[in-house]
Amino acid sequence: MIEESFTTAEGDLVINVGPQHPATHGVLHLVITLNGETIKKVEPHLGYIHRSIEKMSESLTYRQFIYVTSRMDYLSAHINNHACALCVEKGLQIEVPGRAQSIRIIMDELTRIASHELWWGAMSMDLGAFTPFFHAFREREVINEIMEETCGARLTMNYMVPGGVMADIHPNFQRRVKDFITLYKKKIHEYDELITGNIIFQNRMKNVGYLSSEDAIAYGVTGPAGRGSGVSCDVRKHSPYEIYDKLEFDEVLETAGDSFARYLVRIREMNQSVRIIEQLIDNIPDGDFQAKTKAVLKLPKGEFYQRVETARGELGVYIVSEGGTTPYRIKYRSPGFSNLSALDHMARGSKLGDLVAMMGTLDLVIPDIDR
Amino acid sequence: MGLTNEHIKQRLTEKFGDQLINFEEPYGMLTFEAPRELNLKVLNFLYDDEELKFRFMTDLCAVHYPDNKGKELAVVYHLHNLVDNCRIRFKVFAPVEQPDVYTATGLFSAANWMERETYDFYGVNFVGHPNLKRILNVEEMDYFPLRKEFPLEDQSRVDKDDEMFGRG
Repeated sequence: MIEESFTTAEGDLVINVGPQHPATHGVLHLVITLNGETIKKVEPHLGYIHRSIEKMSESLTYRQFIYVTSRMDYLSAHINNHACALCVEKGLQIEVPGRAQSIRIIMDELTRIASHELWWGAMSMDLGAFTPFFHAFREREVINEIMEETCGARLTMNYMVPGGVMADIHPNFQRRVKDFITLYKKKIHEYDELITGNIIFQNRMKNVGYLSSEDAIAYGVTGPAGRGSGVSCDVRKHSPYEIYDKLEFDEVLETAGDSFARYLVRIREMNQSVRIIEQLIDNIPDGDFQAKTKAVLKLPKGEFYQRVETARGELGVYIVSEGGTTPYRIKYRSPGFSNLSALDHMARGSKLGDLVAMMGTLDLVIPDIDR
Repeated sequence: MGLTNEHIKQRLTEKFGDQLINFEEPYGMLTFEAPRELNLKVLNFLYDDEELKFRFMTDLCAVHYPDNKGKELAVVYHLHNLVDNCRIRFKVFAPVEQPDVYTATGLFSAANWMERETYDFYGVNFVGHPNLKRILNVEEMDYFPLRKEFPLEDQSRVDKDDEMFGRG
């Protein structure tokens, strides 16, 4: 039930932002208690698009449940699939061929760039600039076309399967990825010229939504939001999966803890992702793109945990198996859920207009939060 | 990497004796069980101990085992030590008739929403939680949907060829 805005006995105004609001990027409902223009409390109401993916997964086999996870954080679909595939492979002790590992990482990093591009455009639009959205989508479209060519889909790719990837890369793949990198390097300075160095945006983001590193750890904030507060939490560095430990890239850290720090982390992360792709794109090993696996997968009785770094933070997949063809219980630790839980703490005491900047730099994807 | 699983286990046994049971290490993650009255004491110890410092709660969830009489609901904690990059998992079991478990919100702010989610899906009653109400489902709901007594799909369906879905 959504109540209309009202004034409390203390004279505070209680208003609704959402569930349909341009700045919430989906159906998120915030009930905000205001004293004048100052936020006293933010209470997020979630679950408008809850689909109970965890329960659904319990009736799907180990090959099928992976597809549902594309619908969680749809901007990191590859990475979600990757986490589940890794978890199943761990249980079945499947050795993934080198070719598949390289393809997977290139796809993950392309997804990360595409996700950050969309975030950049959408966040700028939240703060009142419309042009950046077109700039971001110009580059993002190129990535989507690469995905479409190789995976057959632009958003929910379902490309990673236990044992490797679904199909081999398209013959044009390497050339088009290299074209994208050339394009990206030519255009990335525009991002800085438009937004990063723009004094109006800096003033709107600096010292807004401060989150200390202690609070980031306490609330379980991970990903670029956590790294903006100086918490070193990049899963790719700290518990490397696939061949991340053999690649050269930096974990981007900022210590300011405000919205601008989170902004800078994401912008620099895109450059690191390009660096990773450059190391791999000419060195994709020959061989199989998928290991030979049984038609029906049965995980041994036990518990399996795998965590990966999505574009929003740490995704944990916890599978409890009783030895059957379907999981007994699956729990997804979605990064957005924990990141959003810190919003109330961040927003208290700041102005209503700054809330949009905070939500923008937390990079909320509602299906990831609601699952 | 100063912290090893053996060392964590040794520290825990020194403190709690034989109250902690079923130590395992599946895929390198130390896993153990604690009595449910002790969950907060164990969490406190893991948080405050100078060597252990498990201060990052990554995950909290429940699992329902309907055949496990008297211990139907398992609450599973995943904790992370950011200094030594080490992770552990521990469980407490509660009966489904009275699933009372102490809340961890005093230690980890992240536990607030995670416990609400666990309550929402499994009905685990976190004693002392400041705001224990449903988070993803509607508040009028009077059942806990992820418990095993709610089957998702009618298994007697005949119109669906299971072979085509890889279940044959």
